[in-house]
Amino acid sequence: MAAVPASVAAAQIELDRIERVFRLGDSVVHALAGIDLRISPGEYIAVMGPSGSGKSTLLNVLGLLDRPDAGTYRLEGRDVTTLSADEQARVRSHRIGFVFQSFHLVPRLTAAENIALPMVLAGIPARERDLRVRKALDGFGLADRAEHRPDQLSGGQRQRVAIARATIMQPAMLLADEPTGNLDRATGEEVMRLLEALNGAGVTLLVVTHDAALGARAHRRVMMQDGAITLDETRGAGAAEDACA
Amino acid sequence: MRARDLVAFAVGAASGNRLRTALLMLAMAIGVAAVVTLTALGDGARRYVEREFSAIGSNLVIVLPGRTETGGINPGSFVSTTPRDLTVDDARALLRAPSVLRAAPLTVGTSELSVGGRLREGMVVGTTAEFIEVRQFKMAQGQFLPREDWGRGSPVMVIGAKLRAELFPNETALGQFVRVGDRRFRVIGVLAATGSGLGMNTDELALVPVSVAQAMFNTNTLFRILVEARNRDAIEVTKRQAAEIIKARHDGEEDVTVITQDALLATFDRLIGTLTLGVAGIAAISLAVAGILVMNVMLVSVAQRRSEIGLLKALGASGSTIRTAFLVEAALLSAAGAVIGYALGLAGAAVIRALYPVFPAYPPDWAVLAGLGTALATGMLFGVLPARRAARLDPVAALAKR
Repeated sequence: MAAVPASVAAAQIELDRIERVFRLGDSVVHALAGIDLRISPGEYIAVMGPSGSGKSTLLNVLGLLDRPDAGTYRLEGRDVTTLSADEQARVRSHRIGFVFQSFHLVPRLTAAENIALPMVLAGIPARERDLRVRKALDGFGLADRAEHRPDQLSGGQRQRVAIARATIMQPAMLLADEPTGNLDRATGEEVMRLLEALNGAGVTLLVVTHDAALGARAHRRVMMQDGAITLDETRGAGAAEDACA
Repeated sequence: MRARDLVAFAVGAASGNRLRTALLMLAMAIGVAAVVTLTALGDGARRYVEREFSAIGSNLVIVLPGRTETGGINPGSFVSTTPRDLTVDDARALLRAPSVLRAAPLTVGTSELSVGGRLREGMVVGTTAEFIEVRQFKMAQGQFLPREDWGRGSPVMVIGAKLRAELFPNETALGQFVRVGDRRFRVIGVLAATGSGLGMNTDELALVPVSVAQAMFNTNTLFRILVEARNRDAIEVTKRQAAEIIKARHDGEEDVTVITQDALLATFDRLIGTLTLGVAGIAAISLAVAGILVMNVMLVSVAQRRSEIGLLKALGASGSTIRTAFLVEAALLSAAGAVIGYALGLAGAAVIRALYPVFPAYPPDWAVLAGLGTALATGMLFGVLPARRAARLDPVAALAKR
């Protein structure tokens, strides 16, 4: 029943022959070598592979932090590879949320201020910011940590602040790069459940990891090696998406 | 980003690294303080000279023999080369001009003054009763030279305060006799001490009637004629009329120079104005140095905050937002430093005034505005490069550095 045109029309993310080449001295590294990928809204995808396989570069391209050298990237039907830097910044601000392994909280700002940062950058009025930050703090169980600075928070709390920050603009997709990499097992489990709950509410979740256990939780797993996708499987359905790519 | 959020963000970033912020503001403060203090010094010098000049007498026009200005060659140059002398009659003729209030002829010579066994070399000035009014001196004791015919002088003398102290250390000077050459003069008055005057020190003068002085020095020429105009507006008219009268009396040849206090003052004003500008320029260099420091500190700040900048980009900040944030930070720090420097500069000027009370060292308004303005402009200008660098930072590379 999954006709090819229908799936193309429904896709949130469409990558066509994406190439990204790095030149390190004389050697040329193909970080992404002709990647084709389609992701539908609300999917939960784990991108896996060894170090240097290109999974982080893929994440950066998807997050519009990096520009591909060739190929097209359509986000929600719009070609975003040709957008200007400022237009890309707008797309990042409103459609994309990032979660980093090392949290990347601004050390001088409190938890509440860190969460409000994307709204400050987007020019949302202070009153609405406060409202949304309070809701987010309650929702992520951080109400009593609002005025704490990052160095006064535990690792799990820091990542919860980072996730609250990533979702405060209600993005369409969350890009998480080793979100549990700096956390112990129990805290990592807690953070993953949080991310999965957000995915359950309809946000597309893309997790980059080399932890097989983490990858196994996702509905769809993409394996990468030397800048190419070697395996693309959807759990339960059994149909390999790369067959139609 | 909203303006208020921008300022709050910049203040937060600045207070995040106190040492850096303090150094930057200090550099700016020193620059502005230098401008304010040095221009206060220059302007103080200008005021000082102005005050000294007004002490000579107000509305003063001075006639001196000979032309000091080069006028080029005219037919008169071939007829006569020696200028005619300036005489007492010339001075008297000047009184005919309606704009002239008073005139005082002046002849000067040095001679030996003796009282009893004491001898002293001194400057003897021959003049008339009008001199004290024209120069606005005050008497300490006795009276000034009597009003009498300029051609016939009585053998009386008025001496300066210092001369009195030296010639008559222990006795009253009034009524005593002073011998000059083969003449004897009765002291009828002592001038009040004026402190340091411009040029000759009036406290060391001995004043006698002009006709007596001319006879004593065996001359009929004058050193100067001091003319007082009726009011300030009449100074230029007086100057022109005085020149015309003397020219008519000297067979149509313009062989005197007429100068006004204003012209002298204007010359000094220009001189010191240029000096003040020069000093301000030197101070401006320290502001430029401060600007380069701002640039360095901001560049270091950009390097230190790489990951923060990368994060801001990932969170949707455009390049221009980041550029503006860094520029606002540089501007805020420069402005704060400038205000501190302004206060320091005022304090510096106050210290100068406390140490030298005669020196009115107040910074001129233009220097204050220029100092503050330049500080802000320098801060912004030198903030542009770091801000651009921050805006251009590659977010992937910036985030990767942990």
